Amino acid sequence: MSFEVNGKPFSQEPRAGQCLRTFLRELGHFGVKKGCDAGDCGACTVLLDGEPVHSCLIPAFRAEGRAVTTIEGLGGDSGAHPMQQAFLDAQGFQCGFCTAGMILTCASLNQAQLTELGSALKGNICRCTGYRSIEDALLGKTNVEESVEAGAAFGRSLPAHAGPEIVRGKARYTFDTQIDDLLHIKLLRSPHAHAKIVAIDKSEALSVPGVHAVLTHEDAPSVLISTARHEKDWMDPEDTRILDDVVRFIGQKVAAVVAESEAAAEEACRRLKVSYEILPALIDPEQTMAPGAPIIHPDRTASNRIADAQRNLAAETHGEFGNVAAALATSAVTFEGTFHSHRVQHAALETHGGLAWLDAAGVLNVRTSTQVPFLTRRALSDIFKLPMDKVRVFCERVGGGFGGKQEMFVEDILALAAIKTGRPVKLELTREEQFIATSTRHPMRVHIKAGADAEGKLTALQLDVLSNTGAYGNHAGPVMFHALAESISVYNCPNKKVDGAAVYTNTVPSGAFRGYGLPQALIAVEAAIDELAKQLGLSPYDMRRRNIVRPGDPMLSPPPSEFHDVLYGSYGLDQCLDLVERAMQADGPQPDLSPEWLIGDGIALTMIDTAPPAGHIADATIALREDGGFDLTVGTAEFGNGTSTVHRQIAATMLATTVDKIRLLQSDTAHGGHDTGAYGSAGTFVAGKATHAAAMQLAIELKAVAAGAWLCDATSCMLEGEAVVCGVRRMSFVELAKLARERGQPFAAGGNSGGTPRSVGFNVQGFRVAVNTGTGELKILRSVQAADAGVVANPMQCRGQVEGGVAQALGAALYEEMVIDANGRVTNAKFRDYHLPSFADVPRTEVFFADTSDTIGPLGAKSMSESPYNPVAAALGNAIADATGIRFTATPFKPDRLFPALLERFGD
Amino acid sequence: MDLNTITAIAHPQTRAQLPVWTAGDAWLAGGTWLFSEPQVNLRRLIDLTDLKWPALTVTDSHLSIAATCTVAQLDGLACPPDWLAAPLIGQCCRAFLASFKIWKTATIGGNLCMSLPAGPMISLTTALDGVCIIWKAGGGEQKIPVVDFVTGNQRNRLTPGDLLRQIDIPLAALKRRTAFRQISLAPVGRSAALLTGSLDSDGTLTLTVTASTVRPIQLSFAKPADASALRDAIAEQIPDDLYHTDLHGKPLWRKHMTLRLAEEIRGELLGATPS
Repeated sequence: MSFEVNGKPFSQEPRAGQCLRTFLRELGHFGVKKGCDAGDCGACTVLLDGEPVHSCLIPAFRAEGRAVTTIEGLGGDSGAHPMQQAFLDAQGFQCGFCTAGMILTCASLNQAQLTELGSALKGNICRCTGYRSIEDALLGKTNVEESVEAGAAFGRSLPAHAGPEIVRGKARYTFDTQIDDLLHIKLLRSPHAHAKIVAIDKSEALSVPGVHAVLTHEDAPSVLISTARHEKDWMDPEDTRILDDVVRFIGQKVAAVVAESEAAAEEACRRLKVSYEILPALIDPEQTMAPGAPIIHPDRTASNRIADAQRNLAAETHGEFGNVAAALATSAVTFEGTFHSHRVQHAALETHGGLAWLDAAGVLNVRTSTQVPFLTRRALSDIFKLPMDKVRVFCERVGGGFGGKQEMFVEDILALAAIKTGRPVKLELTREEQFIATSTRHPMRVHIKAGADAEGKLTALQLDVLSNTGAYGNHAGPVMFHALAESISVYNCPNKKVDGAAVYTNTVPSGAFRGYGLPQALIAVEAAIDELAKQLGLSPYDMRRRNIVRPGDPMLSPPPSEFHDVLYGSYGLDQCLDLVERAMQADGPQPDLSPEWLIGDGIALTMIDTAPPAGHIADATIALREDGGFDLTVGTAEFGNGTSTVHRQIAATMLATTVDKIRLLQSDTAHGGHDTGAYGSAGTFVAGKATHAAAMQLAIELKAVAAGAWLCDATSCMLEGEAVVCGVRRMSFVELAKLARERGQPFAAGGNSGGTPRSVGFNVQGFRVAVNTGTGELKILRSVQAADAGVVANPMQCRGQVEGGVAQALGAALYEEMVIDANGRVTNAKFRDYHLPSFADVPRTEVFFADTSDTIGPLGAKSMSESPYNPVAAALGNAIADATGIRFTATPFKPDRLFPALLERFGD
Repeated sequence: MDLNTITAIAHPQTRAQLPVWTAGDAWLAGGTWLFSEPQVNLRRLIDLTDLKWPALTVTDSHLSIAATCTVAQLDGLACPPDWLAAPLIGQCCRAFLASFKIWKTATIGGNLCMSLPAGPMISLTTALDGVCIIWKAGGGEQKIPVVDFVTGNQRNRLTPGDLLRQIDIPLAALKRRTAFRQISLAPVGRSAALLTGSLDSDGTLTLTVTASTVRPIQLSFAKPADASALRDAIAEQIPDDLYHTDLHGKPLWRKHMTLRLAEEIRGELLGATPS
């Protein structure tokens, strides 16, 4: 059939049931993205005869005789379309995976639609930004600083280097490449929550034309691993096999089919005959330790780093400082309550997946969507008994992570398939697989007891946490420990007690998720603080001021920690409380609401260690190029966090140059060195420190060389304007590079960060809400967040991280909810039934930064990607309680959940 | 998404050319649902495009909406001034969970045949006394009012091989005053309750309840109803088990929202104050 794409004629024939999205990608138009493949997210938007459509829903044959415009063709020959330029000026993106579809949609809106953006953009999901910067693009606002003088990059709102490629659809993500002779992998997944695989008959599957291999537990190394990736393997239990002969949740992989096409692999999956011996399943976390409960990992022991496999206990902790019971008995006021946080999904728009091949040198290459390429290489090396230099793991730009890619869900299968077939292989998970078979946030039940004296000083804090880790224990322990740590160590209190249990169930595993346990604990702790304040007649602000830690105070949560490297590198919690209080009291438009709407305010605070415990390692190298610029090599990955910009800013500042002179190479184990990974907000605080050290070392060397040439003291030399200067003498970087060439030795330096000591960062969130007593509907009238990020490396980007964190947390607090039925099946594995915040759902958040400078972080900066998420649900719960007088103790705060209690209290 | 089990597409141009229906066949209108989920049991799609049914036809007595008429085409219909119900068309189109980009492809017939409680074209055509014209698999036609066509959540009166040809709307229905209310768990989310009301020239108030119930329910009040009569009628004609339950709203809430929105509609159309 004949049709046009971006003005060029094509004559290919699609397959009968092929959709336009994959057809366009097969023709090399990689700007057409897959977010959901179901018409819900808009990432695949293209113009068909000038009209925007979701190309995943359009039968490809209907393109016959029509003209398709993809993001690559939107700008025409003239370069950038005005809407592309607008997204650049406003930096209306973070990871950029939704951007092509967003721009094509925005460029198609008429005047009427532009006045109703909530409706007009309901078919486009951005998981990163919170939509404010997208609105700015539509309003023609410029948020980026064009350029700054040499050496002054740090602290400025410089744009993402990848921006021009992102808005033109040319930025390369995991699957945006053409590989010859590629084989495709599809996974057969368990229909049972708990079963033993008795036999797998592959014969019919192998007879499907194009099938190369069917891999089962008999083909895979039987080594026990965890899908979780941490610098220290001891953090997670060994309870997982690449392919197991026991399945422990609906969706667990049973077999992998490798075939010439996805269609053949799918057909072969359907023809696999698996005999299961059904085992009793355990779905309810409350029942896991009951007598007679099914045991999910019966053969595992403490040597597998499982707390008590016979009680389904992946991890546990207990500890007490002082005497909580005695303190509660004599406290002026007390509060006790049980809070539930539900299961939510990361919903990064780029699904998990990757490509793997063996190259001519016998190196296993894995190109994957990961936050942790180096730790994944180490795991593959261990599992397949390959030397480290025979495994290369790397990522291109990653389409969102949020913790979900601090796991190894696909790379092991990719490696196995590449090794077994000797062919390049691809495995790209579907959106449904993301929901049923990757990881989620840990659902938690948190029981809290708290007391205070008549002056409002806390006397006792007790937390009892039950965390549901699902079928496997990836991140079970660390998330539970984190939930019980900074949530209460931010408060001075003489008596503290914690009990924590992370239990196995036959459900999809929980894993690392933005916040890492703290949000689930905070809805209990911050509610308790408010409830005590209310009993005492204190304001929520003053109650917190009387109890928060201040520099010098020990930050304590029982049992005693083995890590003693958390310091007050800076402290801005007091400022954050002041900033939010002032902003919440500031005049604003009075809402015109009927008396049915009750209005209330709520706040919550959070403290977070600026890096994970037990070491987080980053190496960086930097070298002077012949053109006077620098090549900076770091291990950390870019998935919308903006660290690629920050690393350039740090290096350019240290080397008195501009960011355009810094070429960044990143997230590839082939570059050498080590990087624990982009998680725990380590991209700036840890990896940035390595870049800082490398650049500082190179600056010293450059000064020493110039001083040697000038026969002066190096300490009298300084870097200024892309040169070393000493008084009136000046040696440019280009001249220095020439000198290096003559010497036959380039100027280069390395830097390293061990992620210790650590500092603490703070956030305070405030909401004003209106709750309709007749419907349960909730309106957010004001949203304010103050963040203590130290010296803010890039205010525009950091604001975006805060806004995006608030938006994602509002999704979890108000809309998103994974529902698992009594049999353990995820019932809503699609965006249509899992409501991600769209443009209409996210209020604008006023963002303020505390004025601090950290003594530990690079150039005074602290981490700030994860923590803006943490206080949101807690603050919302407090605001709803203030408005209605009812303490709701379970998220999500949906109208139909609030309604019964509102009806009871306020009537019809 | 790719439907990898599909091996053939049929493109009939006339009713006579419709292939003999076999297991594994599916009608392809817009395809916006068909291509949004795996369809591993399907082998052939029968594309309705080349039948070239006129999207919208106005006769002396009816507005005929072809099953293949897109939501955007219906939304764009220029209605005569005496069609007092015209605003209902735009209101129901905007009640789609899907965005305007989908409206260009999704069809009215597809929305009816999906028979989801929240199908806004079911709400619209039920409220407007629409009648489904069905080409029976064995030949001939069948007429079924939309209110009877949808029998439950994703259930309707089509049997395999039946093809929904069009929905006929009597012009009289388009000349009534209407009111529209909708509520959802999110500002632009899926309808949890979508109620419409219409007022006939003889004063008859008709209430159409959709989204909150598993199938459309219509209640008529020949004499002006007061608030308690309205509540009683709803309680009587919508037993609790007819309220839909899923992620988009719990039944107790849907029931109360139905009562609330119904009373708002009564107030709007009868000029009544809440009592």
